[in-house]
Amino acid sequence: MSRLVSDTLVIAERNLIRLPRAPDLLIAFTVQPVMFVLLFVYVFGGAISTPGYEYVDFLIPGIIVQNIAFGGFVTALGLNEDLHKGLIDRFRSLPMARPAVLAGRTLSDVVTNFLSVVVLLVTGLIIGFSFHASVPEVVAGLALLILFGYAFSWVFALLGLLVSSPESANSVGFLAVFPLTFISSAFVPVDSMPAGLQWFAEINPFTIVVNAMRALWLGAPAGNDVWGAVVWSLVILGVFAPLAVARYRRTAGQ
Amino acid sequence: MANANEPAISVTGLVKSFGDVRALDGVDLYVPPGSVLGLLGPNGAGKTTAVRVLTTLLKPDAGTVLVTGLDVVRDAAELRGRIGLAGQYAAVDENLTGLENLVMVGRLYGERRAWAKRRGQELLERFDLVEAADRPVKTYSGGMRRRLDLAAALVARPPVLFLDEPTTGLDPRSRLEVWATIEGLVAEGTTVLLTTQYLDEADRLADLIAVIDRGRVIAEGTPDELKDRVGGERLEVHLADASAVATAVRALAPMSDEPPVADGETIRLPVTQRSGTIVEAVRRLDDAGVAVDDLGLRRPTLDDVFLALTGHAAEAADDEEEKAA
Repeated sequence: MSRLVSDTLVIAERNLIRLPRAPDLLIAFTVQPVMFVLLFVYVFGGAISTPGYEYVDFLIPGIIVQNIAFGGFVTALGLNEDLHKGLIDRFRSLPMARPAVLAGRTLSDVVTNFLSVVVLLVTGLIIGFSFHASVPEVVAGLALLILFGYAFSWVFALLGLLVSSPESANSVGFLAVFPLTFISSAFVPVDSMPAGLQWFAEINPFTIVVNAMRALWLGAPAGNDVWGAVVWSLVILGVFAPLAVARYRRTAGQ
Repeated sequence: MANANEPAISVTGLVKSFGDVRALDGVDLYVPPGSVLGLLGPNGAGKTTAVRVLTTLLKPDAGTVLVTGLDVVRDAAELRGRIGLAGQYAAVDENLTGLENLVMVGRLYGERRAWAKRRGQELLERFDLVEAADRPVKTYSGGMRRRLDLAAALVARPPVLFLDEPTTGLDPRSRLEVWATIEGLVAEGTTVLLTTQYLDEADRLADLIAVIDRGRVIAEGTPDELKDRVGGERLEVHLADASAVATAVRALAPMSDEPPVADGETIRLPVTQRSGTIVEAVRRLDDAGVAVDDLGLRRPTLDDVFLALTGHAAEAADDEEEKAA
């Protein structure tokens, strides 16, 4: 067990050291969301009606949740690259804890996710976002984001092990996550959608997490959303982490 | 564990299939401690699969595989601490520096950071990479990467080293460097199993060679033994003019029990003795009025061995099918 922890830290450190040296990913996951924020607030925002909220207040929690879900791409791309470049073989020939390669990957996502949350929050604050919450609520919101992002990294870990190339990780991941995040309460109020989409958006875990964030940061009525978001995160983690580890072991055995 | 008589590597009846393809079909191998076994074979012969089984990356379907007396399946975790693997794809992280790569590997062997750093510096010195120690690996040349990969395999001072095509894709100078390094390790007592499709590499490095084709060992022995198997020395005559081949073959035929073989302007025939052969050949050809460009005695190369054993040349172009599996 202590080997799992120390090996996980070694792998996480390795991922973080290399990140600034291949800055394209880092730029993609910071500049792109900032651009989205500006587009939504200044281009679409005027046309979207969000009763009870300024659009920028409505948008920031939503776009941060979307962004953190995409944060796992670093894991999917990184794992896939490691597989193809033979690094996974190197790791597997070493007397290290097997799941550490995945656990280290997803752990380093926590750091990059945190960075991207900070970048988006600062951007939001500059263009007029404001918290309507106490400090503990703001911190609880951050914690929920990190948990949800961590859980989603395991989805991407599985994806990275399943697809044949980084390019297909990109397109499969994008196809899967993009609609999920858009057919939710992240960008527009759900009740503005047609009935079928509304039904989907309401059960979509993204909606639940976004609503939980609005409850924590904007004082929106919480209902069961905060607990719902925590449970969803744990369920995603509980399903995808074992699947990814099993897949890793199997990739390993062939 | 291993006493002096116990083989460093002992493989009996190893079978591994991918779907319908039998990549390894009953392989036996024995490597005494401190020696070098060259696993020779065309692409797709099963060399890489064998290395992957021996290094615990793949589970065998059948057979017993012991490395330093440890079973690759039952004792896999313990065995991983005693082997080093360097692969044809130079598995180092391009975005880490040379030193960072070695420190990472050292720590994944369960060592402390300080130890891993010291060991890393030691290896960089040994592999002549000190100046590049703090540069990301993506700035390294192919030869430097391969040396770093080799260094990474040596971090834990493994008694048994597996090298999967250690010089594939390297320029001639880098190949020589890697060869010298391997020879140095062997001199220190490391047991090495190396796969290669370069016969000169096997000839230079290997004490023992196992020729593998379609998942089976089809011949094994020292390089000399294998060469003797395809026959002794051969006379090779290059004619000035291909049209004289028939005349030359007739003139040379009495010199050997076997008929001469003509290939373009070249004629080869096996001979049983060295002395006088060249003089006799020159006289016979001269009497027949055949102009000669060059002639000489040639020992068979491993290429001849390979061709004779497998019926095809060593360097086939198709990719190893097990790689895709």
